[in-house]
Amino acid sequence: MTPALSLRNLTKVYKNGITALHGIDLEVAPGDFFALLGPNGAGKSTTIGIVSSLVNKTSGTVQVFGHDIDTDLAAVKACIGLVPQEFNFNIFEPVVEIVVNQAGYYGIPRRLAFERAERYLNQLGLWDRRHDQARLLSGGMKRRLMIARALVHEPRLLILDEPTAGVDIEIRHSMWSFLSEINAAGTTIILTTHYLEEAERLCRNIAIIDNGRIVENTSMRQLLSRMSSHTLVLDLVRPLDAVPDLHGFVTSRIDDHTLEVEVSRDANINTLFAALSAQGIEVGSLRNKTNRLEELFIRLVGNKEDVA
Amino acid sequence: MNGREQYVAFKAILVKEVLRFTRIWIQTILPPMITTALYFVIFGRLIGSQVGDVHGFRYMEYIVPGLILMTVITNSYANVVSSFYSSKFQHNIEEMLVAPVPNYLILIGFIGGGLARGLAVGVAVTVVALFFTPIPLHSLWVACSVLVLTSVLFSLAGFINGIYAKSFDDISVIPTFVLTPLTYLGGVFYSVAMLPPFWQSVSLANPILYMVNAFRYGLLGVSDVNLAVAYAAILGFIAGLFGVALHLLNRGHGIRS
Repeated sequence: MTPALSLRNLTKVYKNGITALHGIDLEVAPGDFFALLGPNGAGKSTTIGIVSSLVNKTSGTVQVFGHDIDTDLAAVKACIGLVPQEFNFNIFEPVVEIVVNQAGYYGIPRRLAFERAERYLNQLGLWDRRHDQARLLSGGMKRRLMIARALVHEPRLLILDEPTAGVDIEIRHSMWSFLSEINAAGTTIILTTHYLEEAERLCRNIAIIDNGRIVENTSMRQLLSRMSSHTLVLDLVRPLDAVPDLHGFVTSRIDDHTLEVEVSRDANINTLFAALSAQGIEVGSLRNKTNRLEELFIRLVGNKEDVA
Repeated sequence: MNGREQYVAFKAILVKEVLRFTRIWIQTILPPMITTALYFVIFGRLIGSQVGDVHGFRYMEYIVPGLILMTVITNSYANVVSSFYSSKFQHNIEEMLVAPVPNYLILIGFIGGGLARGLAVGVAVTVVALFFTPIPLHSLWVACSVLVLTSVLFSLAGFINGIYAKSFDDISVIPTFVLTPLTYLGGVFYSVAMLPPFWQSVSLANPILYMVNAFRYGLLGVSDVNLAVAYAAILGFIAGLFGVALHLLNRGHGIRS
């Protein structure tokens, strides 16, 4: 099957001499929901920029649904919808005009463009604001406007560069549902995000890029299964004076009412609770110390402070 | 993109550009009308009444073609340079760059916007001029063709300025230090025949002189320059600037890293 996206030995050296990409190879299957993660400056936006033809590559090949960016650029562009990291619309234009004009650039007649604009703006909760200038929208609304604009020509490949940055939790969840529906309907999605929970929840496959090199490229399930252990935070009902000895578990006391327990991948969590009960320790609630993907991510990219 | 899709894309860019300057008509259409009215009051009526006929026309009549063309030049240029640079500055030029619309259509779309504003302002200023003096029409074809070609030429120049501009200061440098002096010294307010021989020769190196005089020929039937030379100069500049603008756009100068 022809991949939705195929990158071969893709290299980018900027004029200032900085090498942003060191010959990366990447393949995204059609219909996939794919996460492209990496620290700031790792090369994610450069990769997306090259694929969407906003950045000139130095060498290598890029193919989108079999169309080569060097020989069939118009067909490549017609396949892609881009939601960039930064707001890049004219803030003085009305919302509906931004979407309809974008359709026009793809050769979609105005009447059909209006029909699609109405559909996507409705789905993204912006139809009531269609006559407002874009500058009057909230940050979350501006992000949704960029999604509507990217979808108006009904692309086969949707690229989202941090689409939920600065968006509140409620809107973020509704955007996740919307994107899942779009993906279920057949659109391939490539996502970069600062929220690793988002990638874990939405994406089936993942690549991690660091210093312009792909350091991991696998399925989300396989990646998460590599975790040898994860840390649970237990909120206790009664205060605890000392660290309890829970056989088989590394335990640390954070304060009177909080314990951290490292649970290995093979351990049975019932054993942990049995050990706690045996010592009369009652647990009010528990949670993961960090997102599982976040833990793996930090390990893979060298425990950098500035992540995703 | 097939022909029909390209037409739709061109129309989308053109409509966007026209809506842009009509939405802010108080900044784009009204000021040149007021400025031109002041020119007519001061240069035409107050000072002009002290000046004799030029080439057989009252001074007020003589300066009408130059004032109309000067307005068309500055507005065509300003429209494209500000629109293109703003698109770069706000990154919304990317809306077009990610779409399959060919670069030459992007260029023609922006030029169409400059032409639309140039002509809209040209018509508005002509209406203002009619309040002060009747305007003869010697050759409709010459007047219209020179007006359109001049507007296209300066729209192209504005586009190139917009491509190279890295700040808002950069989009005002050329209009202030190049365009305005060349326009004022391009025979808008005088005939080059009134200059000493040396300055007549120097004036012939000013391309705007040819445009002003060709347009003046269209309205009044008098010109300081040969009409064929004027057309050749205008068309030559258009061809050259179009080639440069398209080359820069294809290379992604200032818009692709």
